[in-house]
Amino acid sequence: MIHFFTTYGSQLIAKIGQHLYISAIALLLGIIVAVPLGILLTRMKHGANFVITLAGVLQTIPAMALLAIMIPIFGIGSTPAIVALFIYSLLPILRNTYLGMRSVSPAVQDAAKGMGMTWWQAIIQADLPLAAPVIMAGIRLSATYVIAWATLASYIGAGGLGDFIFNGLNLYRSDLILGGSIPVILLALLVDYLLGKVEATVTPRQILR
Amino acid sequence: MLLEMSHLRKEYPNGKMAVDDFNLEVGRGEFICFIGTSGSGKTTTMRMINRMLHQTSGTIKINGHDIAKMDPVKLRRSIGYVIQNIGLMPHMTIQENIELVPKLLGWSKEKRAQQAHKMIALAQLPDEMLERYPGELSGGQQQRIGVVRALAADQEIILMDEPFGALDPITRESLQDLVKHLQEDLGKTFIFVTHDMDEALSLATRVVIMSQGKQVQVDTPENILRHPANEFVTNLIGEERLIRAQPNILTVSQIMKRHPATIQPEQTLADAIDTMHERRVDTLLVTDQDQKLVGYLDIDDVSRKTDVQTPVKQLMNHEVSYVQAKALIGDSVQRLLKLGVKNIPVVNQEKQLVGIVTRTSLVDIVYDALRGAPATDEQPASPINVDIHAAANHEGSADA
Repeated sequence: MIHFFTTYGSQLIAKIGQHLYISAIALLLGIIVAVPLGILLTRMKHGANFVITLAGVLQTIPAMALLAIMIPIFGIGSTPAIVALFIYSLLPILRNTYLGMRSVSPAVQDAAKGMGMTWWQAIIQADLPLAAPVIMAGIRLSATYVIAWATLASYIGAGGLGDFIFNGLNLYRSDLILGGSIPVILLALLVDYLLGKVEATVTPRQILR
Repeated sequence: MLLEMSHLRKEYPNGKMAVDDFNLEVGRGEFICFIGTSGSGKTTTMRMINRMLHQTSGTIKINGHDIAKMDPVKLRRSIGYVIQNIGLMPHMTIQENIELVPKLLGWSKEKRAQQAHKMIALAQLPDEMLERYPGELSGGQQQRIGVVRALAADQEIILMDEPFGALDPITRESLQDLVKHLQEDLGKTFIFVTHDMDEALSLATRVVIMSQGKQVQVDTPENILRHPANEFVTNLIGEERLIRAQPNILTVSQIMKRHPATIQPEQTLADAIDTMHERRVDTLLVTDQDQKLVGYLDIDDVSRKTDVQTPVKQLMNHEVSYVQAKALIGDSVQRLLKLGVKNIPVVNQEKQLVGIVTRTSLVDIVYDALRGAPATDEQPASPINVDIHAAANHEGSADA
């Protein structure tokens, strides 16, 4: 254990950094695209089912296959990995945003409009805060997925903790496999915990009856 | 006119006519109730006023300005809006909820806070409640907030869509008092949609009865009770309510007995006893030569005196209570009950005697009303009427 840290300590820090970087960018892109899209879908009469199904189909593509598809388009390195992970992050966020926005009571929406909120004000001041817990749950789920799957990004040269695991597999070195896997698990748990804190903050302080 | 609606029509793409040629002029401080069965177009009409719905044709003007030419957002901020499901923002405190429209209008923080304190007082709720969230309040308290929220930006017109429909009867009544107070004391104008006839009749200055998108009758509650336009209105009001309303719409002159037994002050006791004997009464009303009521003479006053030549004016009681011929029966019934008298004279404006109301004439109205009611009225609206009905039905069958 100590031996592992003295040998690979600095490398481990660097890999965790890479891993976080890839995951964070992918997740951020996912949020930037999926949340507005989800909101937009609730405001459209048609098309919502189609878009959500499409995101679901993308989700079913095996991770390895998706990464492989990215290589001819983006080459190797972190860019194709980020794009692939971004695609994976879309569905949970999109679906939860859509469901969260839909779950806002029609009475609240009617009152918001009837009192003179603009389309935009109604979304920002009424719908979004009320849908926030559900949207955050989607983001947490995506974050866990993305961190876990970022391991595979090492396969196309994006780096990250996957490097340890693949090296360990190639060299039959269980210490390397564990040295890569355990930080991934801890990372996923930590991020989920932190996002849980964020979720608690954005959840409106209201006593539900 | 504050609000003018002319030739409003709302037709849905499937050809369903929701509102057909709706016309109404509403003055400042009026309380208008839209009432009708579901699908009568009452809510649709109301929602066109703040452009939550758009009419197929026709115009709505507020203070002479066509609302179709206004910015809908600005229009809605100038009109109070209260819905049945309350529609408070669950993630905002009561204070934030009340300040919502003022905030949209860009009021300063101080002015908004001041208004919030004023509004919570108006709602007759404790000031500390401003800090709470809607979920912590009872349904009645929430709707009180809903009502005052609609006034927080000094809106002149307040639209209410069955606001008290989901509340229990006692809470509903206290909220009705609140809105009535807002209308009467603050001069706010209400457009109030309801399907509760008692609510409409007690709150409205004018009631608009609607059916299948058309106005059936537009009038004051009194006139609607007195002259229901057609059978639909009669059914909507209900026989029960019409019967109960009778004491308040019939006047004394319609039920009084004419030509009561009278005597002049100058006549003697002998004349009085003769008249009593002849008319089979125990009381004579004393009138002067102008037919003005000046007193009464009771048999008790007579029997104690032996001298039959005593003029009536020495014996009569000058303290006589009477009712005006134009007064409503409801009031005279109350007087009869309060005074505990058997009968009460009826006078015209010149205080000339025109008739008399006896307790038996009151029995007649109740009897006529009940006998006129449907024979198989199995569920009287109020439990108080159950006994009366049972009695009436019993008598009816005894007669037959």
